[in-house]
Amino acid sequence: MTLPISALPQPSRRALLQTGGGFALAFFLGAGSAKATIAARPQPGDAELAAKDGATFAPNSLIRINPEGPVRLVMPNVEMGQGVYTTEAMLLAEELDVGLDQVVVEHAPAIDLLYGTPLLKSQTTGGSTSVRSNWMILREAGAVARAMLISAAAEQWGVPAGECTTEAGVVKHAASGKSATYGELAEAAAKQQAPEKVGLKDPKDFKLVGKPMRRIDSPSKIDGSAIFGIDVRVPDMQIAYVVTCPTAGGMLKSVKDDAARKVPGVKDIIRLPHGVAVTGPHYWAAKKGAEALEIEWDHGPNANFSTAGLFKALDEASRTGKALVARSDGPLDRQGKTIEAVYEHPILAHAPMEPLNAVVHVRPDACEIWVGNQVPTRAAGAAAKLTGLPEDKVILHNHYLGGGFGRRLEADYIELAVNIAKQVPYPVKMVWSREHDIRHDIPRTAYLDRVSAVVDDEGYPVIWKDRTCGASVPKRWAPQMLRKDGFDADLTECSDELSYDIPAFHVEWVPHDMPEAIPIGWWRGVGPTHNIFKTEGFIDELAHAAGKDPVEFRRKMLAKNPRPLSVLNKAAEAIGWGEKLPPRVGRGVAFASPFGSHICAIAEVEVSPGGHIRIRRGVAAVDCGPVMNPNTVEAQIQGGLVFGWTMALYNEIIFENGAVKQSNFHDYRMMRINETPPIEVHIVKNEGPIGGMGEVGTAIAAPAIANAVFAATGVRLRKLPLDPKLLADPKAGAA
Amino acid sequence: MLTLNVNGEDRSVDVPEDMPLLWVLRDVIGLTGTKFGCGIAQCGACTVHVDGRAVRSCVLPVGQLGEAKITTVEAIGATPEGKKIQDAWLAVEVVQCGYCQTGQIMSATALLQHKPQPTDSDIDAAMSGNICRCGTYVRIRQAIHQAATGQPVGQQTIAYNLQKGPAQ
Repeated sequence: MTLPISALPQPSRRALLQTGGGFALAFFLGAGSAKATIAARPQPGDAELAAKDGATFAPNSLIRINPEGPVRLVMPNVEMGQGVYTTEAMLLAEELDVGLDQVVVEHAPAIDLLYGTPLLKSQTTGGSTSVRSNWMILREAGAVARAMLISAAAEQWGVPAGECTTEAGVVKHAASGKSATYGELAEAAAKQQAPEKVGLKDPKDFKLVGKPMRRIDSPSKIDGSAIFGIDVRVPDMQIAYVVTCPTAGGMLKSVKDDAARKVPGVKDIIRLPHGVAVTGPHYWAAKKGAEALEIEWDHGPNANFSTAGLFKALDEASRTGKALVARSDGPLDRQGKTIEAVYEHPILAHAPMEPLNAVVHVRPDACEIWVGNQVPTRAAGAAAKLTGLPEDKVILHNHYLGGGFGRRLEADYIELAVNIAKQVPYPVKMVWSREHDIRHDIPRTAYLDRVSAVVDDEGYPVIWKDRTCGASVPKRWAPQMLRKDGFDADLTECSDELSYDIPAFHVEWVPHDMPEAIPIGWWRGVGPTHNIFKTEGFIDELAHAAGKDPVEFRRKMLAKNPRPLSVLNKAAEAIGWGEKLPPRVGRGVAFASPFGSHICAIAEVEVSPGGHIRIRRGVAAVDCGPVMNPNTVEAQIQGGLVFGWTMALYNEIIFENGAVKQSNFHDYRMMRINETPPIEVHIVKNEGPIGGMGEVGTAIAAPAIANAVFAATGVRLRKLPLDPKLLADPKAGAA
Repeated sequence: MLTLNVNGEDRSVDVPEDMPLLWVLRDVIGLTGTKFGCGIAQCGACTVHVDGRAVRSCVLPVGQLGEAKITTVEAIGATPEGKKIQDAWLAVEVVQCGYCQTGQIMSATALLQHKPQPTDSDIDAAMSGNICRCGTYVRIRQAIHQAATGQPVGQQTIAYNLQKGPAQ
């Protein structure tokens, strides 16, 4: 059903940017400062794109109809598992009135103006924004195309457009018995004016939206035919294996390559500022060649950097550093019993299943890139800079992503591949080893959070104070996102706004940068994944200190907040909250409202006498407002919880002497099927504003099991990953 | 020159004997459905069948294969169990990013070929070598049960064309 490689040619990006009124400069400048990006109606550049594409009828950048063949839908966002190709195709097809079996989806070319996500003001897939940003635009785009097809038919048949109906890609006129397929009408439709106004379907008439639809990309992903970036093969391509200095920021001092050159198949040894690449006809030759290199490194300024040192520095900074305030309001002078805690969050690698890779061909007149990436325009821009080519001479073909999780919101791996490809005439496919992927990630940074509350006589918080300490991602990634004083809202996302009824808040951030050579990046769930572990852990601590049931305690503080309350109640009911459980078995609840959705997760764990944590059951209730594809919502919560539990149980990147200690899945563990419990997902229906879904499950996962571990053992773990050594049963002797 | 029997066809390849089968399949023969995930048999993305057994091709030197029959995901749908597994994968909608799924399908098919009615612990034993970073494990388990029993398990998805009714 899916065309693996977009056949779309690229119009001049520069020309489009110029017609877009300096759109590139408006990146992230804030709401209203940039033009809306993907659009339901024709935009400057659409016609050029459609003409180059050979499309007969292209009412906008998203829909292509030719006399023959299926309707082609160009996907503004990238597919990395979250199901967005299916959801976006459903939204277009719903209003266009075609079945999902009548469409193919295509990866979009890299053009901010035509395919940028309005909420992010660039062609970026991240922050659980795709459907939230685009769902009404996509519906309208489908409806505009349908109206133009109808008016073409009405004109041909000499009947009023209002008497024509559509069904499954056919325009019909009942009175005359005439009908024509969209393909047959494509040429005439292209000559119609786009309507000024267009009606959208009443949701009760939806045929696709809201139904558990089958994913459009699944058939090609079960028989090996789907093409991920790593699967691209172009003529004369060589494979590159890359070795860079194990110390972050270290440089290549010297390399002896006599032995490497003798390895059969080795073609070229390419020196880079931070390392060496070896090319050959296949990965094995390139890897064997690289292993035969004798390299001397200049370890550079980070040779003494360590995670242990970082946490010491974070602790110190969080006591003495200058804070930037997210909010400070309500009566903050009330006296009472004060409860305090410190929560710690490790550095994390992303470890998508598809190791990072890129195919790049640098020619004198152009640079062509085949890759899977969440920020295609940013990547193409970076390649233009490195090659010195004009932006419109960089052609980026995007592909399916074998996991993103934020790692592919970066262009570093594409830049590295460009730097290799610049030195050879042939196309290069650079494939990172898993070891390289873990050790040279742009990791999630560490945080240390001090949280405290003043509680009333019943134990409910009347003042909530939270001081987080750590580094900012946008400071490097998109400084325009920062407040004028440098405040980064990501640091306090979900901790600056709790749904609980608490009269006074003081929430702040103490910046503490990582070394410059260790850039840090977005990681699935971003600010909320970091903050909710602390807020929901600490709420649980307050409940315990008050001698109250953790669900009851939350319920009372959510009494005025119906949407949060309903997911809490639903999850509690579904798991049978309050049942008596065996010894060392406990249930933990966590509730939050990340990415505009509301979610409650309850986990049941069993802790062995030796301290091993086994998750026995997971239940989640989620309210994301209008549901596009319930199948995807369930999948994202199930998978998101596993992703977050994996983090909570196992994941920590440790730097020693400036280098990452972990290297592969044996020491950077993933949850496996035998460790995964049954997970029930309950969708709480609500018409409220639409929420995001891709990161919600991950953000709520860790506190649910940490709170369950407390319920099972009485031990409160405030540091991730959860340390089993602290959970051994003292009554079990040497166990 | 070595001759490998891949998906019923003899393929002559000029590669060193210590080269893992994974790279011969992907970079020499061009069968890219078998995936690279870790290179040390920790993740299962590279799983293929050798004489009907699920093996990790990333650590299997081709020189050891002799006349063994190699089956990759591109051909697994031609076996009855492979077809059942693929159909169940679609009906239960297991796939997310999909990168690990070809390896998952190869492990699950081998399981069904040897144990037509696997228990949950059989599934744990056969599938725990396959990592899924998207966390599709709940549905992998459901799909294997569905493939084995023919009975719908979990949320079933709707086929493309509503007129055709729910997916089989």
